[in-house]
Amino acid sequence: MELKEDYRDNNDWDLVIEPGKTAKHYWTDVWKYRELFYILSWRDIKVRYKQTVLGAAWSIIRPLLTATIFTVVFSRIAKLENPGQSPYMLMVFAGMLPWQFFSNALSESSSSLIGNANLITKVYFPRIIIPASAVITSLLDLFISFCIMLILMVYFQYPPTLKILLLPVFIIFLFIFSIGLGLYLTAVNVKYRDFRYIIPFIIQFGLYITPVGFSSALIQDQWRYLYALNPMVGIIDGFRWAILGEEMHWTSFAISISVILFLFYAGIRYFRKTEKSFADHI
Amino acid sequence: MSNIIEIRDLSKCYHLHGGGKESYTALRDVVSSKAKKIFSFSGWRPQTHKNEVDFWALKNVSFDVQQGDRIGIIGRNGAGKSTLLKVISRIVEPTSGSIKIKGRVASLLEVGTGFHPELTGRENIFLNGAILGMKRDEIKRHFDAIVDFADIETFLDTPVKRYSSGMYVRLAFAVAAHLEPEILIVDEVLAVGDAQFQKKCLGKMEDISKSHGRTVLFVSHNMGLISQLCKKAVVLNKGSVSFTGDTVPAIEFYLDQQQQQVSYVASDENKDYVILSCEAVNESGASSTHFLLSEKVRLKFVIRKNIANPNVRFSCTIQSRTGDYLSTFIEEMGNHFNADTEEKSFMVEFPSRLLAPNNYCFRLVVFIGNGKVIDMAEMICPITIVDEGSDMSLFEGSHYGYFIPHQTFTETKR
Repeated sequence: MELKEDYRDNNDWDLVIEPGKTAKHYWTDVWKYRELFYILSWRDIKVRYKQTVLGAAWSIIRPLLTATIFTVVFSRIAKLENPGQSPYMLMVFAGMLPWQFFSNALSESSSSLIGNANLITKVYFPRIIIPASAVITSLLDLFISFCIMLILMVYFQYPPTLKILLLPVFIIFLFIFSIGLGLYLTAVNVKYRDFRYIIPFIIQFGLYITPVGFSSALIQDQWRYLYALNPMVGIIDGFRWAILGEEMHWTSFAISISVILFLFYAGIRYFRKTEKSFADHI
Repeated sequence: MSNIIEIRDLSKCYHLHGGGKESYTALRDVVSSKAKKIFSFSGWRPQTHKNEVDFWALKNVSFDVQQGDRIGIIGRNGAGKSTLLKVISRIVEPTSGSIKIKGRVASLLEVGTGFHPELTGRENIFLNGAILGMKRDEIKRHFDAIVDFADIETFLDTPVKRYSSGMYVRLAFAVAAHLEPEILIVDEVLAVGDAQFQKKCLGKMEDISKSHGRTVLFVSHNMGLISQLCKKAVVLNKGSVSFTGDTVPAIEFYLDQQQQQVSYVASDENKDYVILSCEAVNESGASSTHFLLSEKVRLKFVIRKNIANPNVRFSCTIQSRTGDYLSTFIEEMGNHFNADTEEKSFMVEFPSRLLAPNNYCFRLVVFIGNGKVIDMAEMICPITIVDEGSDMSLFEGSHYGYFIPHQTFTETKR
């Protein structure tokens, strides 16, 4: 075979592979593979319910039990008050919805690339789909918990207001925060394999500095802006505002959102930068 | 015909650490070395990578592929075949050079990528299809054909963990075979199926390329498969292209290249059992490549035990020059190695007037009872049997088979 130099423009080719070159059609590729988001999440859910005896029951028992313990510890033992008007248990549960989503999503997505190493070394598709679908999987648990929330509200005879229609906005912010951080951590995880031992610690630590078992209104005003640097503060406040009609500290919410958007951007950037060498390292 | 793939000066370098490809960076080490740097007052010190070695898996590879071509990629283990396919499939990034591609690429580097053992056959068809880049409608459209091709209809709703390995492979290939890419890339995946299924797959691949004008890149160690399926071939040697052209001359080139290496010597001795060396010798014990028909052929080889395993066997296969297995003999390792033996040498003798005048190679495998390979050397010790006046010498040069045990024709009553 003789090599004839083709003087055609690069645009004639569907795909040009060169080192360091970011794919021209990255986001169209992601769109083309959109079914894979769904099918990988579906696989994870399906496998989870096939493998565990408790299955769906587990996603009901866990949040209920945690919320009960938190209520007992913070309200009965530590004697904290809810400055708002809702029952303590409801306030705790509304905060637990986003927290449980976040901790699930983060631990699933951060280990997702390593868990799917066989795919990464054998097939091409935009790698971002793997951690993203791990986060999507956690949406199911959020939905189940939300149903429990509604039942609890009936039990406590505490009707929601119209603000609940704005809940999806906060869910979207929660989602992009989890993806942003998850992308970053999973990419680091590929490179430094011992990093995964740190992740449970991050989640545990996060729980202490996040107002899940208490209301962020208890934080003194001069500290609230600093506190809002923890993005979960803004999101939990938002959930409580939308579901229970609690007071909302909009300035600190704005700070949380800025941090979320920044982390999302940084996460995607870092992921895109390291993505091409995943197969070499994994 | 226009080029559908253009590969120019493609190189891929791996930085190997002391421990080989498996080793990875630990955050712990990075942190501690950074910390040491901060606390050591000697200031900046050049970082030393004592154990790091650059390994060029591909070096300046260039070739063109035209639409409808079926190209075989051949070369020894470690010649860079799989790396090349991985770079074309966009799984790993090249270190330098470029590839230009027209059309959709689908690669089948492994059978059943992404299959989940807990899911049923039906579910895995959709999962695997989506991973290979098929749309849901596309899978639905081909669903019956896939099930039919794999021949697993009755087990469609059984989790694949209960499948036999044959069924597993059939299902996996069936999904991939119904992809509709312009370019299909296939690594040594057919090696796992049984002969009948291999034939079916080959037929399908031929069909894909002939009737639909699709392009196929195919890697195999089996020269027989390559010559059946491919029109052209690329020979890789140590990461570089050493020959491109029609299949038959390419295979000859590759075999000649192999022949220069008359006796086999192990390149990696870090296995539980290692085939250290192997050579073909004549009756007087001298190493040789040409044997007369009336001579005995002896294959001598040495196996070393590093870590004992009670279940180990070894086998010797005589191969044709195209890689077909002609006959295999198996032996229990336990009969020969006791606790304190480390190395043993063995000999297999082929009687005279058994192998027909032709070209042969050998394959040695050390494996665990169930077939898991510990060490393997294929297409080694090429020999030629020279006809010195047999009944068949009239037909010298024409292919009449591999074995000529003495045979008479007896007249019988009708």
